[in-house]
Amino acid sequence: MTTTGYLDGKVPTGPIDEKWTSHKFNLKLVNPANKRKYDIIVVGTGLAGASAAASLGELGYNVKVFTFHDSPRRAHSIAAQGGINAAKNYKNDGDSVYRLFYDTVKGGDFRAREGNVYRLAEVSVDIIDQCAAQGVPFAREYSGLLDNRSFGGAQVSRTFYARGQTGQQLLLGAYQALARQVHAGSCTLYNRTEMLDLVVKDGKACGIVVRDLLTGEISRHSAHAVVLATGGYGNVFYLSTNAKGSNTTATWRAHKKGAFFANPCYTQIHPTCIPASDDFQSKLTLMSESLRNDGRIWVPKNPNDTRPAHQIPDEDRDYYLERRYPAFGNLVPRDVASRNSKTQVDEGRGVGPIKNGVYLDFGDSIDRLGRDVIEERYGNLFQMYERITDEDPYKMPMRIYPAVHYTMGGLWVDYNLMSNLPGLYVLGEANFSDHGANRLGASALMQGLADGYFVLPYTIGDYLAGMLGEKPVSTDDPVFAESENEVRDQIRRLLSVNGTRPVDSLYRELGVDIVWEHCGMARNQAGLTQAISDIRSLRDEFWTNVKITDQSESLNTSLEKALRVADFFEMAELMCKDALDREESCGGHFREEYQTEDGEALRNDDRFAYAAAWEWTGESGQQRLNKEELTFEYVKLAQRSYK
Amino acid sequence: MSGSGHGQTMRITLKVWRQDNPSDKGGFQVVDVPGVSPEMSFLEMLDVVNGRLTESGDRPIVFDHDCREGICGSCGVIINGVAHGPERGTATCQLHMRKFSDGDTIAVEPWRAAAFPVIRDLAVDRSAFDRIVEAGGYISAPTGSAIDANMIPIPKPVADASMDAAQCIGCGACVAACPNSAAQLFTSAKLAHLNLMPQGQPERWARTEAMVETMEQFFGSCTNHGECQDACPKEISVDFIAMMNRDYVKSKRKNRQLLSQSI
Ligand SMILES: Cc1cc2nc3c(=O)[nH]c(=O)nc-3n(C[C@H](O)[C@H](O)[C@H](O)COP(=O)(O)OP(=O)(O)OC[C@H]3O[C@@H](n4cnc5c(N)ncnc54)[C@H](O)[C@@H]3O)c2cc1C
Ligand code: FES
Repeated sequence: MTTTGYLDGKVPTGPIDEKWTSHKFNLKLVNPANKRKYDIIVVGTGLAGASAAASLGELGYNVKVFTFHDSPRRAHSIAAQGGINAAKNYKNDGDSVYRLFYDTVKGGDFRAREGNVYRLAEVSVDIIDQCAAQGVPFAREYSGLLDNRSFGGAQVSRTFYARGQTGQQLLLGAYQALARQVHAGSCTLYNRTEMLDLVVKDGKACGIVVRDLLTGEISRHSAHAVVLATGGYGNVFYLSTNAKGSNTTATWRAHKKGAFFANPCYTQIHPTCIPASDDFQSKLTLMSESLRNDGRIWVPKNPNDTRPAHQIPDEDRDYYLERRYPAFGNLVPRDVASRNSKTQVDEGRGVGPIKNGVYLDFGDSIDRLGRDVIEERYGNLFQMYERITDEDPYKMPMRIYPAVHYTMGGLWVDYNLMSNLPGLYVLGEANFSDHGANRLGASALMQGLADGYFVLPYTIGDYLAGMLGEKPVSTDDPVFAESENEVRDQIRRLLSVNGTRPVDSLYRELGVDIVWEHCGMARNQAGLTQAISDIRSLRDEFWTNVKITDQSESLNTSLEKALRVADFFEMAELMCKDALDREESCGGHFREEYQTEDGEALRNDDRFAYAAAWEWTGESGQQRLNKEELTFEYVKLAQRSYK
Repeated sequence: MSGSGHGQTMRITLKVWRQDNPSDKGGFQVVDVPGVSPEMSFLEMLDVVNGRLTESGDRPIVFDHDCREGICGSCGVIINGVAHGPERGTATCQLHMRKFSDGDTIAVEPWRAAAFPVIRDLAVDRSAFDRIVEAGGYISAPTGSAIDANMIPIPKPVADASMDAAQCIGCGACVAACPNSAAQLFTSAKLAHLNLMPQGQPERWARTEAMVETMEQFFGSCTNHGECQDACPKEISVDFIAMMNRDYVKSKRKNRQLLSQSI
């Protein structure tokens, strides 16, 4: 490997609680009358993209907004169920900005940047105010004031929610704010338009090349700055809780144009999802984490027990979480719960028709609290479960199994959310910034909206102010032509392979048989090495044997998918490379070689307290490592324990 | 993952709408589909069909979908004449093949409405919905201008009613189910969400007039059939339409008054 580089996150100096305030004061401003002279491209209309585009439009910038969806409102953010954290301390239960900051750094297993996390906690309170003002119908108490629930291990009640549809309501709020700007003419919307390349001139991001999904037309767009808010890469596993269209293309193409990809091996596996029912399974469905408050997780002691669950007496059941973690029991953090389910299934004690789940049993709670109480708490989830599995969870325990849910890794950004390429900003799940190696529940919505409403609108001005009077790079510039040619070439190549395997067949093999198998819940050196070689050979097969029968220019969903899967094939390799390189276990990254005697994750702070930012050098798998050293001035490095 | 199937499979006949582009006349293609597991979702059945079509050199069926959890509103087809198919309160992606029987013929068509032109096969263009929202489906609250959230207490029943309306996923089933292709349920749900809230009052009348009139530019008129409510995967109530109608009548007067005051 070539020598390692070092990166500076550009966190301002000064006490942690004053950094953002003083930084905002030090940032250069763009005069209101000059804002309309700047063009900004925003790719993505999820929480991060829609909130950013609306806010920039309100400020007076010329904003072009792109989404591959038919409407901004359909972005994957719409599916978030549980809620959004904010340090409002409305419950008077001891919450504070500092506590949210502390919980997030610790929950991230000490692999996040303290300065960013503090700012996130600080602006969390403004997000709730902003969303309430927009008319987001948050849950209320009878007093008319906002209600909170507790979530994911936190000891305070700080999660705001709108029934089980928090993401939907927050996204509709941001979408409506964006619609207002579209109406006002400050934002121009390009729906069903997919970004296929980032254009860079003299090291600076200056535009994008896109494909109109309805006509197949390829076009060029230039701007003073480009903002990517294109979501996470969880679908590299093929099966995940992400929406089917979620993909890595925008961030990956930016990576190939020079943007560093950070910590790709940090992926989050959610413990409570409905297990796959068979090979035709197309995606996995999340069952809210809150279920673990009242459900008990178990498997039969005898792997060959064929009795239906309710006929298995208590002495023949193994409540393995309660047994192993008496203090936290069923409420251990996501990564610990997930790994334990995997062990049970791997050792043959799985339940269900294909023995790929564990029981989550509400029997005791129903006896203790009554069916009504359980129904009031979880009615909609029980209904969703029954619709999918045709089993009644009031009578039969649920079957659950972990599934890929969120990706903490993403494009590297500094404190201003700017990547190493000047002019390229990255927001939301697409960046790597705030969650370290593990994200706490209800913190992704918070981060997406923090980035879009309250961080980027300040920081982007600092960059733009220096370009006053400059026109954006012309789309006739050779850099645009070059990008466009690459895009056209790739499409032509894919359409001309004319092999024998449909995209999905190759994609499923990549995600399920290779990436999930070797770079999923538990990883080891031999498996990762094997995975890298398997990915390479399957990638070769993809490029020589994929079959796309639809050759048309119009809405061509197989071509769209093939383009995205082509990028997953390269991304997957980097993910495994990163996982191989990080010889420690932390958060969502569990290396079997590095665990405590009790099987818990064992960090190595001396060697690995850094963010790994990978630099493209021209060939897949040959990225060069750049390190951003992480220092912990406020939250003391400590081993997590849940016994 | 294990081998294929752990139960009975079914054989169905799919009669599916194929249309190459917006101006193509289109027609049904009949596909024999053996080996359908009752555990499959409806869209997974289409995935399987698409895999087979591709393998045999045919062009796969184009349809919109994304979340497959009944929340994004991307999916939606007419199944045997019914928007989103036979299960009430269920979007196409949440429907499972166990609702059908071995030997069934299933007809699948795109939404049929002048305001939703067919793009290709089962995919339609629903951007008219975005135009209605752009016309006024928001509360103007520029970033940074908000007061503390608890300064606006909202009685729980009001917040709950607003949320009932706000649940709309914008799939367009209401329009597809309506004999007149009217968009009253969609528009009224957005209006009720915002008009019920205290924050929504300052723009209430302007919003109502603008959204209703934009809706009328694209969609047919409501004649109170109520098919929309039955087709809605979120079971949104037609009561919101009554509320919209009242607000619209009032808005004409109120907006004139406001205008004259400002002169
Ligand atoms: C089932 C589920 C439940 C969840 N529940 C919660 C929860 O309760 N609380 C919480 O905090 N988090 C939750 N999360 C996580 C959270 O929802 C996401 O992390 C977050 O919404 C991501 O938002 P985003 O704006 O970054 O990206 P997204 O919402 O994924 O938006 C991406 C946008 O980019 C566009 N795009 C992508 N690529 C391109 C391209 N090449 N060209 C053009 N456009 C492109 C898409 O069209 C879309 O508009 C949940 C996640 C899942 C899967
Ligand atoms: S695919 Fe999202 S609602 Fe059906």
